[in-house]
Amino acid sequence: MARIAAPGAVLIVALVVLLQSFPGAKNSAAAEAGPGHRDLQTLMQDDKQWPTAAKNYANTRFSNLDQINAGNVSQLRLAWTFSLGAPRGQEAAPLVIDGTLFVTAPYAGIHPNQVFALDAATGDLKWSYAPEPNLAAEGVACCDVVTRGLAYDDGKIFLATLDNYAVALDAASGKELWHTKLGDINLGETITMAPLVVKGKVLIGNSGGEMGVRGWVTALDENNGATVWRAYSTGPDADVRIGDDFKPPYDWMKGRDLGVKSWPPDKWKIGGGTAWGWISYDPELNLIYYGTSNPSTWNHEQRPGDNLWTSTLFARDPDTGSAKWAYAMDPHDLWDYDEINENVLVELDIDKQTRKVLIHPGRNGFMYVIDRASGKVISADAYDTVNTIKSIDLSTGRPVLNEELTPSIHKTIEDVCPASPGAKDWQPTAWSPRTKLLYVPHQHVCMNYQTSEVGYIAGTPYVGATVDMYAGPGGHRGEFMAWDPVKRVKVWSIQEKFPVWSGALATAGDVVFYGTMDRWFKAVDAKSSEVLWKYHSPSGFIGQPVTFEGQDGVQYVAILSGVGGWPGVVANAKIDPRVRNGALGFTGAMQDLPSVTVGGDTLLVFSLGAVQRPAGLHSGQPDSNTAPEQNK
Amino acid sequence: MNAVKLPACLSIGIASGMLLGVAIGIASGEEGATSAFRVCADPNNLPFSSKEGSGFEDKLADIIAAELSRPLTYVWHPQRRGFIRNTLKIGMCDAVMGLPADLGMVTTSRPYYRSSYVFLYRQGRGLDGLTSMHDRRLRDVSIGVQLIGDDGYNTPPAHALSAQGIVNNLVGYTVYGDYRAPNPPARIVDAVAAGAVDVAAVWGPLAGYFAPRENVPLTLAPITDTAEYKPLLFQYDIAVAVRKGDEALQTRINAALDRHRPEITRLLQSYGVPLVADYNTVPKN
Repeated sequence: MARIAAPGAVLIVALVVLLQSFPGAKNSAAAEAGPGHRDLQTLMQDDKQWPTAAKNYANTRFSNLDQINAGNVSQLRLAWTFSLGAPRGQEAAPLVIDGTLFVTAPYAGIHPNQVFALDAATGDLKWSYAPEPNLAAEGVACCDVVTRGLAYDDGKIFLATLDNYAVALDAASGKELWHTKLGDINLGETITMAPLVVKGKVLIGNSGGEMGVRGWVTALDENNGATVWRAYSTGPDADVRIGDDFKPPYDWMKGRDLGVKSWPPDKWKIGGGTAWGWISYDPELNLIYYGTSNPSTWNHEQRPGDNLWTSTLFARDPDTGSAKWAYAMDPHDLWDYDEINENVLVELDIDKQTRKVLIHPGRNGFMYVIDRASGKVISADAYDTVNTIKSIDLSTGRPVLNEELTPSIHKTIEDVCPASPGAKDWQPTAWSPRTKLLYVPHQHVCMNYQTSEVGYIAGTPYVGATVDMYAGPGGHRGEFMAWDPVKRVKVWSIQEKFPVWSGALATAGDVVFYGTMDRWFKAVDAKSSEVLWKYHSPSGFIGQPVTFEGQDGVQYVAILSGVGGWPGVVANAKIDPRVRNGALGFTGAMQDLPSVTVGGDTLLVFSLGAVQRPAGLHSGQPDSNTAPEQNK
Repeated sequence: MNAVKLPACLSIGIASGMLLGVAIGIASGEEGATSAFRVCADPNNLPFSSKEGSGFEDKLADIIAAELSRPLTYVWHPQRRGFIRNTLKIGMCDAVMGLPADLGMVTTSRPYYRSSYVFLYRQGRGLDGLTSMHDRRLRDVSIGVQLIGDDGYNTPPAHALSAQGIVNNLVGYTVYGDYRAPNPPARIVDAVAAGAVDVAAVWGPLAGYFAPRENVPLTLAPITDTAEYKPLLFQYDIAVAVRKGDEALQTRINAALDRHRPEITRLLQSYGVPLVADYNTVPKN
């Protein structure tokens, strides 16, 4: 922990600690037998593990475990819990590798982005690690101080901090192995995504499109943190890593330096296109897939042109970062439709052909099925109320816009659907190969744009737009639904009062899990949508459910409870719910959230028939029931 | 959207944390003559405020605190998105020295000045006499504009130029800038002096303070012919803000402003603030 940060952080260097409580035989045994000696793909196929936030490279969030199934899930009980000490939005996915559960806290509390290693069956704390914080990051982060989780490979845990550090830890001891600074908080950059390791490279993208940040994805050597490549989302082809082998699916995306030419001069330098969502990987095609965020600034009148490569899907070679194809889903985005949502890699039988596709549930409300070798759209259908886009033109891939709704500072525009968070934001879907359905947690929110509010930042007054969001048609603000990507229909849906901002989990027990912002963790029949079990928890859910098998042979289901995120800050931070246009306009749709939940930070772990065991009675380690002391 | 936190980017560091703790303690008790007058301000935003106390808003705070007979303390926080929400509105301080007089989320005093967005350009480079938003020359020169980068809104000149189709020759400067550098919003003034842009449309107080400090003579002209761009405004009344509904403090601050008005006007003039009622005193190099 020798890194130099801002002056304030230097003063609190003494608070920073590296914690270790289990150096002994257990760890060395794990090191010999376990994680270091199996590659990540092998771990992904072992359903006892949950080795990456999305479970596997295909991002299916499906586990073959079936000890917990539709017939017995009603017996699910709390097995153990753990508090992360940072009651802000908990979006992180826990990882489980060989009986150890790894989880990270949001950028809040005494030790922002603290990492914990716990016995996955008992909850005993093995070690924790606290990065050195730069608290100025909080003044920069857009939408709550969240993290979406850790990554793992080759005996190492990888953390990306909100203040732009990539950190590698020894998974057995929690010792820091290296750290690399990737971006600058002073320029508005932050990192919120969960890294992904592909072929020994740690892939991380930045956040901060709202602040005029230029987006990128960086690949680091997992052994030393050295940068292998960085690919920008805007700018000249060399920066975007577009070369001769780049083959976009549609002709309008062909040409030199479109990441410069599709912008007014120099605007690409502050053009957004950050990459804060999910990365998938197809080992056969040797391509990674990820989407980029909306262009900056939101006011589209100042950036005529297609604003490439923002709100774009990229397919890149993970070895070099070079782009093989790209598909601009929302050229010249008007509404903050980031397309950072996950890309689920599956094989589908379409028109009597087996196709290798990616399914992208678009922020813009369309469910895209795309040929993942070429980038061509096979189908794109609205899965929620959408009036900003009439359809997707399959001959060009371009959205057919509803011109009547084009925003302008001089007019008030009413009933724009979906609102800026889109029909679905970052919250990841799950795919079951048994039902061939995609389980989609999403919101159902529309908005008005008004142009009267006076604003003021850093000594600069202006007149701005007031974004006011509210429930879409029907009055509910969220939905959990099952989508058939071949028949292109919604098979079933459960309406929820609040946006469903948690991820989804599907298992071979034909049970699907998700959490609601009003504190319910639910298990649903994957076929019928019947709610089979639900648990009323300490705080609302915006986290990612995972499942794993402990070394005791028991299947567990885990999720973090702690409301927050873009729609939830109204409940976990001091935001006046009466000011409708707070939190970039989302507060208006969430005024009643604080009446059902406040912030929280509890990891909940469930198993069949489990009872909560008294701490300390279930472990051979005499000191394991108390947290290790921290060096002050 | 941000938690209540120490502004750790400041060198004040832990010391200010202690101060903050004390201040909150006092605020929760009864308000007496000896309780501090707590001001939330950006530590790195001249000419408005700086942690050295060298901004005109800092001097104004001295005047008001003296009038209130209360010791002045500061809570430093970068004036970025969420500034008011995370400082004034949660009770970390009692007042913010300069906000638009009709800002809905706070209660404001009577305005103590009115300023304007201005055109700023080098003298003798073919732009002399430029004041009008309709000036044809704007189509042929590079124009720096301040960008907020947020939420679909932006500075009025940026919108108005876009509305006229003047887009390709605009160069955006984010008001956030690089917070490691002193006074990050001032980069747009540096750009005019260095010739990186031919002209910039800048909020008056920023331009008025930094323009005379550049090495080349710059002309600063309040932007005219803007009526058609309503609801965009190019001039704003600036006032002291207190928490919504804190009318007791608002009344006392109004009294302080009234009593010291000539002194405050001299203060603003000494910082080069272009006062709308007083165009002719704009400082020239």
